[in-house]
Amino acid sequence: MSESSGGWLRGAQPPTSESKNRLPVEAGSNGRVPADSPPALAPAHTAPPPRALPGGGEHRRHTLVALVLDKPGVLNRVASLMRARNFNIDSLAVSHTDQPDISRMTITLHGDDVAVEQATKQLYRLIDVLKVQDVTAEPTVEHELGLVKVRATDSTRAEILKIVELARGRVVDVSAESIIAEVTGAESEVDQFVALVRPYGIKELVRTGSVVMARGAGSIEEAIKR
Amino acid sequence: MTMTKGGTAKPPSPGGVTGAADAARPTAHAAGTTAAPRRSHIPGEGTAHAAAVEQARKDMLHEVRARKRTRIGADVVCEALIRQGVDVFFGYPGGVILPLYDVLGDYPELRHVLVRHEQGGAHAADGYARVTGRVGVCMGTSGPGATNLVTGIGTALLDSVPMVAITGNVPGVLIGKDAFQEIDINGITLPMTKHNYLVRNADDLPRVFAEAFHIARTGRPGPVHIDITKDALQQETRAEHPTDEEVMAGLPGFRPNLDGHPRQLKLAAAEIARAQRPMILAGHGVLHAEAWGELRAFAEKTQIPVAHTLLGIGAIDETHPLSYGYMGMHGWKHVNKAIQSADLLFAVGMRFDDRVTGNVRTYAPYARIVHVDIDPAEIGKNVAVEVPIVGDAKRVLEAMLPLVGEVDPAARADYFEQLAEWRQESEASSWHGSGAWRDGLLSADFVVQRIGELSDHKGTYVADVGQNQMWLARYTGFRAPNSHVSSGGLGTMGYSLPAAMGAALGRPDRETWAITGDGGFQMTLQELMTLVQDRIPVRIAVFDNKKLGMIRQWQEIIYAGNYHSAHLLGPDYLKLADAFGIPAVKASTPAEVDDAIRFAQGVEGPALIWFEIAEEQNIFPMMPAGKGLSDLIEKWGGAEE
Repeated sequence: MSESSGGWLRGAQPPTSESKNRLPVEAGSNGRVPADSPPALAPAHTAPPPRALPGGGEHRRHTLVALVLDKPGVLNRVASLMRARNFNIDSLAVSHTDQPDISRMTITLHGDDVAVEQATKQLYRLIDVLKVQDVTAEPTVEHELGLVKVRATDSTRAEILKIVELARGRVVDVSAESIIAEVTGAESEVDQFVALVRPYGIKELVRTGSVVMARGAGSIEEAIKR
Repeated sequence: MTMTKGGTAKPPSPGGVTGAADAARPTAHAAGTTAAPRRSHIPGEGTAHAAAVEQARKDMLHEVRARKRTRIGADVVCEALIRQGVDVFFGYPGGVILPLYDVLGDYPELRHVLVRHEQGGAHAADGYARVTGRVGVCMGTSGPGATNLVTGIGTALLDSVPMVAITGNVPGVLIGKDAFQEIDINGITLPMTKHNYLVRNADDLPRVFAEAFHIARTGRPGPVHIDITKDALQQETRAEHPTDEEVMAGLPGFRPNLDGHPRQLKLAAAEIARAQRPMILAGHGVLHAEAWGELRAFAEKTQIPVAHTLLGIGAIDETHPLSYGYMGMHGWKHVNKAIQSADLLFAVGMRFDDRVTGNVRTYAPYARIVHVDIDPAEIGKNVAVEVPIVGDAKRVLEAMLPLVGEVDPAARADYFEQLAEWRQESEASSWHGSGAWRDGLLSADFVVQRIGELSDHKGTYVADVGQNQMWLARYTGFRAPNSHVSSGGLGTMGYSLPAAMGAALGRPDRETWAITGDGGFQMTLQELMTLVQDRIPVRIAVFDNKKLGMIRQWQEIIYAGNYHSAHLLGPDYLKLADAFGIPAVKASTPAEVDDAIRFAQGVEGPALIWFEIAEEQNIFPMMPAGKGLSDLIEKWGGAEE
């Protein structure tokens, strides 16, 4: 069709015939189930449900693993992007990998699945980001390390030591008035330990944030090995 | 200021070693004596770092020896620009970028346009990029020069315009010392560029420039910022320019996906086959991918009408039988109506911006959506879609073409009839064929249409922001790709004149029109002198309603007539143009419009027309913020617009 004036959208009458090329289609994710006979042009009384908004689902904790080029400012880029796109980071741990120019970030954040997927896709837009994986649903080993300086007197020291032992922690420093306990485990385990010793008086607390690794022989690093 | 050098400290700059006699003098630190009284104000005096800082301070004051004409960092910059096919770029000199200006004269292939403000330079590079499809280049010095570029870089980011912005920075050792004109420009541009660099070593310049241009133009285009320290511009270097393969190897994290997934393409074809009232929504991505031919072939084969976004103007010839028009907040009512009743939206290279969708909850309630975009992050960001396709618009449309069946237009007879009816109804309203608005003054839609007609619809039309932008988008009549230039995403007032400057240099074969309101014009009118000095033929149409028109319209309609700061004084534009040496003419009645346009067309070089338009004309229809596409306002206060 090459005519450049008039046309059917301007009122000219096209010839009529039967429509063709119908194929069955699966229902989509958005509640718009295809029907063979679509609704009339302005059926006000049968208005469809409001369009689903991306990111309106239930919030839960997600863990992302990102492999990034170890370039100056890469941490700033990631942090800046999360801030600008309105994602709230719960914890962020950065370290080297076995490859000299590649760093690994473990990011935990709360959000619904669609929003976190959006965060993942935004991270991929950064030139220095090589791979991002949401490992929330995968079997993983997850650990973080916490150091807790607890007030300890002669009367409470033994109790605290017992709690540390039960939590499979380790006492790394003892003084007349305090104990520093080291505890490792999943975020919830460290939370639990902190809650248990809180009544004795926490003088200082530091946590590394979670690091995770998928169980089994598969490796996230393999995909980007050069 | 005492200049002291300790030990064997060697300054990194090629400024040469001065004060060699000082070298032997021991200092308190070097001698290791304790608790000696402080004899100097220089922190860490005697260390290599302190000496380097002192030398850099001297260099900042231009106490350098005459440059040796070996290959230095500044030469690498010029070589890189030439290798990338840059023929013109826009800049403004300053202290730390002077080494680059020192060698520019040796590269006559590079035309440097001296702008009057760095923001103008950035918009000019942006306008150049939009009409040519090539990477635009702008340049400024450190500190204020760099921050002035920021608005232009942001404009390019939100509209995905390929651009490389170059800034100088203070010498490397002075970074972090709050040196004169030092600002953390890398930190500032980080969230508003596709990528940015700080180069401290001349040996890195070839790689960085090759990467920057590759990133700027590949995949979803965007601005890249390169910040170069003054000493890097001055260092000698033998570093060679990398090959394309080396550039790719150096960017393992940058591999845009260009081809749509075959399974997704088949799903999309199935959606099209069953759709009864489909619409194609064409966006800026069609122009970036140069996919207008493919779009047209696809639309013709499937007989699907094409609506376009603001930046998608030109993706299809507006006189094409399947072109249906401009959608969104100030789009045509018939287009929005069609979207609201469509059962399939096939969106290509557009991102469902809030100005396009309005309230997402009520957007296109009957439609399933196929979304084609090169940026995976755009898919599912604003609206949930049924069939996502990540890929380049051109390649995806090419691949789709054999998958879709040839549709007989007769099969869509009822649909087309309905669309045509809506269109006639909508185009007949809000139109001032007589050229006069209800108060008898010039009607802006009429003026814009006459500019389009008298330039045969073959010009480049550069909009500013606000009412003028919407009138231009609706009434000019666009036929060719990249003939419409507009700051869509960031909505940068003052964009028109400088962007038109770049557009005129990029496409000198076309007549270039800057269409601007009196508000936006007064933001960047200093570039008038650039037009004169560089003989850039831009026809400027100032739409003077003595108001910030869109502000006034919002205050009238949304803020219950509570006007504040909407009234705007302007100069006598004829005298203003005269002072710049630009021929100008004024048109206040419909009868004067054609003569004024022809006058401007007859001028060699820049010309200005002062259109005195109706003061209170609104742009309708209008979708109030927070409302949906079905809630368009078409008149206000009982009066037809």
